[in-house]
Amino acid sequence: MTINKLDRRNFLKASTLVGGGLMLEFNFVSMVSAEELGTLVGSKELNVFVQIASDGKITIYSATPEMGQGVKTALPMIIAEEMGAKWADVEVIDAPLDADKFGSQGAGGSTSIPENFDTMRKMGASAREMLIGAASETMEVDRGELEARDSIVVHSSGESLTFGQLAALAVKQPLPDPEMLSFKDPRSYTIIGTTVGGVDNLVIVTGQSQFGIDVDIPGMHYASYTRCPRIGGVAISFNEAEIVKLPGITQTFILAPNDRADIAPGSFGEGVQGGVAIVGEDTWSVMNAKSKLEIKWDESAASHDDWERMILKAQQIADKGDGEITLKGANVDQAMTDSNNKTLESFYQFPYVAHVCMEPMNCTAHFKKGNGSEPDAMELWIPSQYPGDVKDIAENILGVKKENVKVNPTRMGGGFGRRGIHDFASEAMAISHHSGLPVKLTWTRTDDIHNDFFRVGGFQNMKAAINENGKLVAWNQHYIGFAKEGKPVSGSGLGGNEFSMVALDNARVSQTMMPVQTPCGFWRAPGANTNAFVEQSFLHELAVLAEKDHVEFLLELMGSRRWIREGDINTLNTGRAIDVIKRAAEASGWGRSMPVGTGLGFSFYFCHAAHVADMLLKLRRYRLMKIAILESIK
Amino acid sequence: MAKYEITVNAVKQIVEASPDMPLLWVLRDKLKLTGTKYGCGIAQCGSCTVHVEGEPVRSCMLPISAVSGSVTTIEGLADGGNLHPLQTAWIDHDVPQCGYCQSGQIMSAAALLANNRTPTDTDIDEALAGNYCRCGTYIRIRAAVHSAASYYRADEQTETHAIDAENGGAS
Ligand code: FES
Ligand code: FES
Repeated sequence: MTINKLDRRNFLKASTLVGGGLMLEFNFVSMVSAEELGTLVGSKELNVFVQIASDGKITIYSATPEMGQGVKTALPMIIAEEMGAKWADVEVIDAPLDADKFGSQGAGGSTSIPENFDTMRKMGASAREMLIGAASETMEVDRGELEARDSIVVHSSGESLTFGQLAALAVKQPLPDPEMLSFKDPRSYTIIGTTVGGVDNLVIVTGQSQFGIDVDIPGMHYASYTRCPRIGGVAISFNEAEIVKLPGITQTFILAPNDRADIAPGSFGEGVQGGVAIVGEDTWSVMNAKSKLEIKWDESAASHDDWERMILKAQQIADKGDGEITLKGANVDQAMTDSNNKTLESFYQFPYVAHVCMEPMNCTAHFKKGNGSEPDAMELWIPSQYPGDVKDIAENILGVKKENVKVNPTRMGGGFGRRGIHDFASEAMAISHHSGLPVKLTWTRTDDIHNDFFRVGGFQNMKAAINENGKLVAWNQHYIGFAKEGKPVSGSGLGGNEFSMVALDNARVSQTMMPVQTPCGFWRAPGANTNAFVEQSFLHELAVLAEKDHVEFLLELMGSRRWIREGDINTLNTGRAIDVIKRAAEASGWGRSMPVGTGLGFSFYFCHAAHVADMLLKLRRYRLMKIAILESIK
Repeated sequence: MAKYEITVNAVKQIVEASPDMPLLWVLRDKLKLTGTKYGCGIAQCGSCTVHVEGEPVRSCMLPISAVSGSVTTIEGLADGGNLHPLQTAWIDHDVPQCGYCQSGQIMSAAALLANNRTPTDTDIDEALAGNYCRCGTYIRIRAAVHSAASYYRADEQTETHAIDAENGGAS
């Protein structure tokens, strides 16, 4: 989404390019047309993201899906800051899904702020420049003598005009050249860096906020869907006569699998898995009927993945030695066999885990059959991290043309990566299509866990050698993970930014991938969320072996202050790591004596451009009492 | 199907439902009060917490036929235009992340504060032990409950003073 070359011509022309800045550009174009603006009663739209009404009310559109990460508050804060708006004057409203105006509207990978920051502040600064231009004209003073703050433009003499007073005139100002915009010094920020509170807090605490699961549309029926307990099995028959007679049930039927590979490249399986749909008058009736289903399954193509067997196989692989080498580590073998050195080997494992968003997966779909003149159409209400993606799925599984699919994004009760994959929407669409009714499909919590795209489990066999001085002289890390169609699944494997990067010639990294059928997906910092555990735990085992204090051992490993690849924020900067470790140790009182039965823990990890230290301040019988985190980001 | 008369947020409602339909779905699907959330359906997560006669209950496991007494949901917690002290405290502490669990958290906390104006951390943790928050807002929840308790106490003091003043300060 980053727009690198946002020069004025691009700015005006780039409306069909993918990117967060498009909305601004688009509206700057439309802004030139006064007639169009005339239709906005009482408010002047400076650009798509910002409207200033003559009463001073500032409306900022939020186009990025909100799932609790706070982006609906944070992105408008950036605009407001750069504009010089008073936060209390700002109202944030959800933007509809509109790729032409807003570019790609998605949220994932912890990127919403870094990718949109620049665009947002350009919008804010553009609005500010136009307001200042309007004030300079009205007051007949030099622009340089004016400053925008607290929703007013104030002259050095003290004279001022409110944004509301200036709005109408601001629209007529020439469009600022994005390349010529100047930005506030971060030290003068009054909104960014403060706690303003989530813009939806009031509606949330009064029970008024609309999550996907709360959607209610005219004529809506409710649906449940039941898949094979063994992943990939297909329903053949079921006790239909009995189910349809249960209270509140309207229809029940089998859906054939519709999971074409072209639906979701990367073999996610975003289509429909063969199963049984129940449609009824309320959620409880369809959930109750679901519990009474007796289904005959064809399990011939179903998964036989078995965690216990995976563990055994991984252990056998580890015993055989290294896997496919990704980092050679020239000195490793010699250090491992040197009789003066102490060695250690540990086999780590981490399980498959589900996302368990607090709001179970759900989607409301309304399929409208076309007739001679009208094509088939679909309307959806969906809590999704990438709501626009559903249009392709509708086209692929049901043949409803993309342009006839309308998507209404809703707030999400958690996402964590799960809501970037839309199998639940496929089911809702297919059920509406088959039943001819608008339906809200709500998964039970059991469905939600069973049908997950799991955080992949895996194994790491760790070996290391310590010399007489307690120095780490060899590190051999064998990752044993999972692949589908020969490609590691999301989160399986080691990236280039793991601990081994500080040891280089003394570190060897290899991997072996085992085939898996279980669906795997993105889960909060894929890879890092398991690799941190393994590496940092093993480092602690080594510190014990070296008879060294853990923090001291970590600092020694970091060595001299250097950036592994100068300028690449995705590589460790040992200097920053040292600072973070030292500050964290100091802040936690590392090394102080602790009451009997409690202890301190410490770990440091680098990922997503962040250097992070965790201090477990007290550990009583393996119960975590308190955790403190120190981060240095970007 | 049978007819049930229940009082929800001080309004009498007649609903037609199977006797075993849990109150949760009566509220959400029949009465369109969707502030009360579904999280598990088996009394494990607390998202569906409402009050029946002031007591916190998991509405996902309470059949409509067993509802005896008036029901209060998150929508009815505020006193007209005046937010409940917990709602104010939730905003002051910026508690919600995704927000999905918060109705249940607030309803459980409200039941605690109704009986205990000076809860300790342990009291709060115990009262809210059955309310999960997948986003992990527990620390802010605890701080907000303490604040709400203090707002309550401040209010009550003001009320007492007002009464004292009426009595000419006699007490
Ligand atoms: S939905 Fe009732 S406790 Fe989870
Ligand atoms: S705020 Fe998201 S589950 Fe609690």
